[in-house]
Amino acid sequence: MVHRLLPRTLSGSRVAPPLLIVAALLAVWQLAVTMLDVRPQVLPSPLRVVEQGWAFRDVLWANTVPTLQVTAVGFAVSLAVGWTLAIVVDFSPWLRRALVPLLVASQTLPIVAIAPLLIIWFGFGLLPKILVIALVTFFPIAVGLIEGFAATDREASNLLRSMGSGRWQEFRYVRLPGAMPSFFTALRIGITYAVTGAIFAEYVGARAGLGIFMSQQKNSFRTDLVLAAVGVTAVLSVALFGLTFLVQRLLVPWYRAEDRGDVRA
Amino acid sequence: MPEAKIVVDGLSVSYGALRVLDDVSFDVAPGEFVSVIGPSGCGKSTLFTVLAGLRAPDEGQVLVDGAPAGRETFGYMPQKDLLFPWRTVLDNTTLGLEVGGMRRRDARAKAGELFAPFGLAGFERSRPGELSGGMRQRAALLRTVVQDREVLLLDEPFGALDSLTRTAMQEWLEEVRARYGWTVLLITHDIREAVFLSDRVLVLSPRPARVHREVSVELARPRAADVVTDPRFAAAEAGLLAALRL
Ligand SMILES: Nc1ncnc2c1ncn2[C@@H]1O[C@H](COP(=O)(O)OP(=O)(O)OP(=O)(O)O)[C@@H](O)[C@H]1O
Ligand SMILES: [Mg+2]
Repeated sequence: MVHRLLPRTLSGSRVAPPLLIVAALLAVWQLAVTMLDVRPQVLPSPLRVVEQGWAFRDVLWANTVPTLQVTAVGFAVSLAVGWTLAIVVDFSPWLRRALVPLLVASQTLPIVAIAPLLIIWFGFGLLPKILVIALVTFFPIAVGLIEGFAATDREASNLLRSMGSGRWQEFRYVRLPGAMPSFFTALRIGITYAVTGAIFAEYVGARAGLGIFMSQQKNSFRTDLVLAAVGVTAVLSVALFGLTFLVQRLLVPWYRAEDRGDVRA
Repeated sequence: MPEAKIVVDGLSVSYGALRVLDDVSFDVAPGEFVSVIGPSGCGKSTLFTVLAGLRAPDEGQVLVDGAPAGRETFGYMPQKDLLFPWRTVLDNTTLGLEVGGMRRRDARAKAGELFAPFGLAGFERSRPGELSGGMRQRAALLRTVVQDREVLLLDEPFGALDSLTRTAMQEWLEEVRARYGWTVLLITHDIREAVFLSDRVLVLSPRPARVHREVSVELARPRAADVVTDPRFAAAEAGLLAALRL
């Protein structure tokens, strides 16, 4: 399972196989480019990508920071929206019936078509990017939470009610902590989408950021720099993904301890 | 016989078209231990959810000391132990007190006092996953009794345990019950358990459940393990078995 992957990453046996495969693929790529003498505008060798990426590290970094910022703000908005919706829906069966279909419908919006419109409406600032990120990431978070809350054992609700608890106490003592495993799964899905969402939003139009950087470099046939930016994006995503495990360990330390047992009592 | 503590009067419950309880009536005296036994799926757990005030009956009523029962009369221990992994064992046992508005520190002190008699001393800060099956049940029972409710509703507390542990738990329950003088209603599938622990056993019919037979167990209390060799024990067991065969 995914949540067991990272904490043991450093223990070699987990991290070695994927690294080996990546190394092998890069070697094949390097060899193929050298032997077939492919033009770097079409496909640069991995060594060239690294070399040029390093040479342009200042520019890459200058474009990474805005992407990180936009990802963080957009994802924060998405978390706020996702949590609010999930809690509202958990407390009101009527709103559940009203809102859940709309949430699903929101996911059928073609972002590719919407994103340029958002730029027309809101300009090149933060807002359209935040909207794109929120639009692509609030859904897994809201659904993860809604289902996590709803997965509460009916007998657990009964137990709480027999103790004299109201709906709010039931939420606080049982539904909320019980939903944490499913929330963290959703968080991991969401955060990877958030980076991709940010890149995409910038690609469509921005003043700075990895997305617009890729777009510009592509237009000047600097395939090597496009790929260098792709590499940075990948590192960013993996780092944020790893961060979720850290947060999980801090916020719900019991989850890992109970890893092997029944997490939902 | 003293005045009845609990009067259950003509309870009927249906889930949609499925009639589960059909005019169930009985009463319980203060300090009495009454077991409820009956075929699987006949409606025993449903009866407890009605008593605990978690589901309104379609017909009938539950009286406590002559007045309609409230939710605070019964301490309810569901069929599953429902110990939450996000709380330590101690904090699981204080849950009812916290829900009732007691401050956490006071709740911990109050529940903590019961850890030794419940055989849980030293496990206050453990997670439920670190407890054995028998300990989990004792923790769940502790969580129930620490609320100081007047009557305990125990839904198959030992059903999931191996038979050695179960026997030990039955003897332990008999001992602590005598010490604290609880009034108990217990659901069980185990005839021997019912005879060993009860003053009286209610035999329910298959669904829809009615009280098919009441069997009194005339053995002195508190009972020790060797009571099972008493001829009256065997007689009560035989009587129950016959009643269950209908
Ligand atoms: N919430 C519910 N909705 C619909 N049917 C239910 C519900 N709860 C229980 N039932 C049905 O009511 C009947 C009685 O259930 P109940 O759990 O009270 O039986 P039980 O005697 O406790 O069984 P067991 O001995 O297996 O624990 C069963 O047929 C069950 O399927
Ligand atoms: Mg049952």
